[in-house]
Amino acid sequence: MSNGSYKWIGTRPNRPDGADKVTGRARFGADFNMPGQLIGKVLRSPHAHARIRSIDTSAAAALPGVKAVVTAQDFPDQPNVVVPTGEMQVNLRDVTRNVMAREKALYEGHAVAAVAATTEAVARQALALIKVDYEVLPHVIDVEAAMKDDAPVLHDHLITEGVKPAPDKASNIAKRMDNVKGDVEAGFRQAEVVIERRYATQPVHQGYIEPHATLASAAEDGQVQIWSTTQGHFQVRGFCSRLLGVEASQIRVTPSEIGGGFGGKTVVYLEPVAMRLSQKTGKPVKMVMSREEVFRASGPAPGGTVAVKIGARRDGRIVAAECTVALQAGAFPGSPLGPACWTSFACYDIDNIKVVGFDVVSNRPKVAAYRAPGAPISAWAVESTLDILAQELGMDPIDLRLKNAAKKGTKTSYGPTFDTIGFVETLEAVKSSAHYRSPVKPGMARGVAAGFWFNVGADSSAAAHVAEDGTVTVISGNPDIGGSRASLALMAAEELGVDYDKVRPVIADTSSIGFNFVTGGSRVTFATGLAVVNSVKDMIRELKVRAAKTWKVDPEAVVWENGHARPAGSNVGEFEPLSLADLAASAGRTGGPINGHAQLNAQGAGPGFGVHVVDLAVDRDTGIVTIDRYTAAQDVGTAIHPSYVEGQLQGGVVQGVGWALNEEYIYNAKGKLDNPGFLDYRMPVASDLPMIETILVEVPNPHHPYGVRGVGEVPIVPPLAAVGNAVARATGVRMTDLPMSPPRLSAALDAATPRMAAE
Amino acid sequence: MAKTHVSTTINGEPVEFLCDPTQSLLDVLRDNLGLTGSKEGCGSGDCGACSVTLDNRLVCSCLILAPEAEGHSIRTIEGMAQGDQLHPLQQKFVELAALQCGICTPGFLVASKALLDRNPDPTETEIRYWLAGNLCRCTGYDKIIRAVMEVAADMREAAR
Repeated sequence: MSNGSYKWIGTRPNRPDGADKVTGRARFGADFNMPGQLIGKVLRSPHAHARIRSIDTSAAAALPGVKAVVTAQDFPDQPNVVVPTGEMQVNLRDVTRNVMAREKALYEGHAVAAVAATTEAVARQALALIKVDYEVLPHVIDVEAAMKDDAPVLHDHLITEGVKPAPDKASNIAKRMDNVKGDVEAGFRQAEVVIERRYATQPVHQGYIEPHATLASAAEDGQVQIWSTTQGHFQVRGFCSRLLGVEASQIRVTPSEIGGGFGGKTVVYLEPVAMRLSQKTGKPVKMVMSREEVFRASGPAPGGTVAVKIGARRDGRIVAAECTVALQAGAFPGSPLGPACWTSFACYDIDNIKVVGFDVVSNRPKVAAYRAPGAPISAWAVESTLDILAQELGMDPIDLRLKNAAKKGTKTSYGPTFDTIGFVETLEAVKSSAHYRSPVKPGMARGVAAGFWFNVGADSSAAAHVAEDGTVTVISGNPDIGGSRASLALMAAEELGVDYDKVRPVIADTSSIGFNFVTGGSRVTFATGLAVVNSVKDMIRELKVRAAKTWKVDPEAVVWENGHARPAGSNVGEFEPLSLADLAASAGRTGGPINGHAQLNAQGAGPGFGVHVVDLAVDRDTGIVTIDRYTAAQDVGTAIHPSYVEGQLQGGVVQGVGWALNEEYIYNAKGKLDNPGFLDYRMPVASDLPMIETILVEVPNPHHPYGVRGVGEVPIVPPLAAVGNAVARATGVRMTDLPMSPPRLSAALDAATPRMAAE
Repeated sequence: MAKTHVSTTINGEPVEFLCDPTQSLLDVLRDNLGLTGSKEGCGSGDCGACSVTLDNRLVCSCLILAPEAEGHSIRTIEGMAQGDQLHPLQQKFVELAALQCGICTPGFLVASKALLDRNPDPTETEIRYWLAGNLCRCTGYDKIIRAVMEVAADMREAAR
């Protein structure tokens, strides 16, 4: 469905950073070193919840090789103000406490002190010499327990937001959110079938293979350089500036190549600590988390509970839908509650919707964004319930969704009315796919589910430069987490009318390009792509001025076509077209260097919809689920580099399969995490999976010159329910709690159909 | 602690180094020798990002003590391309977009080469099980498996 008029968009060239990344040359977070650097290490709380009475660092500080020890006393306290970061909102008062525990340690793994020493071995010895006097407090791990009246309260100041009148005492419920469209009670009165269920999911980690790492170097004059693996180096600058009271322009943050993030690297953990240690020692300080630290102390996605009630007529038309979502925020308020609520019924055109959400703190690490934050949790519940409805009505699950699908003009429950979207096209693409039309193999069952994500625009800056030989550099400020350099270069080449390999994309540090919001929310190819296109347009405007000067005509008499300036018509005069190289060669005589710039706040990110189909078998004895075939279809807008679009779908699917089948945080009675490693936190491996088939449904976004929609978030939303729906159809047992891991699934199967003793 | 002297061969070149007896081979490669292409994703042998070969045997370098390298031949990702020519696996990974973030890529390439060195005609299932010790969180493995299958087919064709 690609627009055949494009030369570069829709092609699959090699990525510009390909050779670096297959040879080991690319430098990731832990690959940066400086002469004379110290190694920083963090002391972490062994308790889930404890008051910190005192910290004695004297013995650690006296150890030869130790150059500095810091605690919360080394970080100024922060006001209770909320600032946006990544896809979430954060409170600076909480951020400084998450970076370094202040009055209390709020989860096992919470940072309480840090040291900088000449070697890692000395740093570890020093940690063992720090004496922390803890008053251990009762803890609470699970969201429903945390909501009870007699639960241990984490924050004495936390009064539930969004409730009138405001409660008079503190609780763990940080916020209540209400989201209403129409009149659900009247809607349910029209219903001929009502399905009501309660679901639960466990926290899951983003599972990026590269642990957090940073290197900070503070100079005597107050200037600071930071190298960091992050989805947003401008956010690192902003947090370090505010948390340590240093002007933003004094801090220069260079992003390393980033070894995965999925939302988890939109916040800061190590950077302010490394910077403070560097300030105190006058030496560069390098800090790298172990995998265990990543699990115990960096944000997972929340777990939660969702109660869903859907009412429909016998013909399949949904007349009312209601859900209540409670999400674990971790130790500080701020789960992705809004997105979980707003996405819950966003796929469907329903007149009467009521959604209630609760943001709940408990003694776990503070959650961070994870790919379509919040959406998979509510979709797990809603899409499972729709499958039950389809079974109840005897309807094909795609037909049920087609009957209720949101389309252009549908008003969402959270406010906006959809512009051009491709949900119907995506459902129809699945319905007519080879996979869906094939018979289900004996012993297998098929599951279907859909998913939605808004996609994000926000702030981007870009610049374009012509070199003296006519080749082009485009500069932007978003770390390339999955091939975005290639997409940006393709759009720049298309706009300029030059070959892809004449355009070199560069990702600049915070001092070398204007502000860019994080790489996240599926915004880079859309918003930063728009900035790159606009910077190239700005450069083309200048190129036309230079050609006009060369020809001594008006700039309006010059057009730009296929990489050349040409006279707009025969009345302008007879001139040979001027190439980029020609104009670059004469730039010194026509006005100096030729550059373009753009900055914008991108509006009109087109939402995306996904529909997934899975065929699987369940081993009734072991509870092991084997996936035989998987197809993911998505409304992707224009696929700029289709290989990387497919890759986003495939990767999201497999993360969703892990969420569905295996991944979970396992806490013991003391509130300590029992599985902080890849052996026991079981992510999908190659032998667990078949190929992941993709169907790219290209419905261009009308708000982008090349029709780009964000792509990366949607594909993690449907798999949980797609797998669950197939499991239900394979076994007759409807799993409501994730993960559907072998022990849980076999126990559920045994409970439903007790095995004979003789078996 | 007295340092241990180790003589070894890395990517075909004789290399001597001094290390702490408790240092892992991965730490020596990265910190002492500047070969940062091998990555630490877990430090416990679960992710495969630090894969190297030791006398042609695929190992997690985070699980090998550096002194154990004495007298052995190690190959890392830095030794995979020949001169200015990428190895066919490296070339195919780029062509097929078999990497997104790229942190696991060196380990996958070293492991894939070790597979093709001993089995030039693996089935898809054999490839999936051989690479089950390498975690990738970005790609869902699809394009990685396809790249290895295509290179195996190309290399068999070239060998005929």
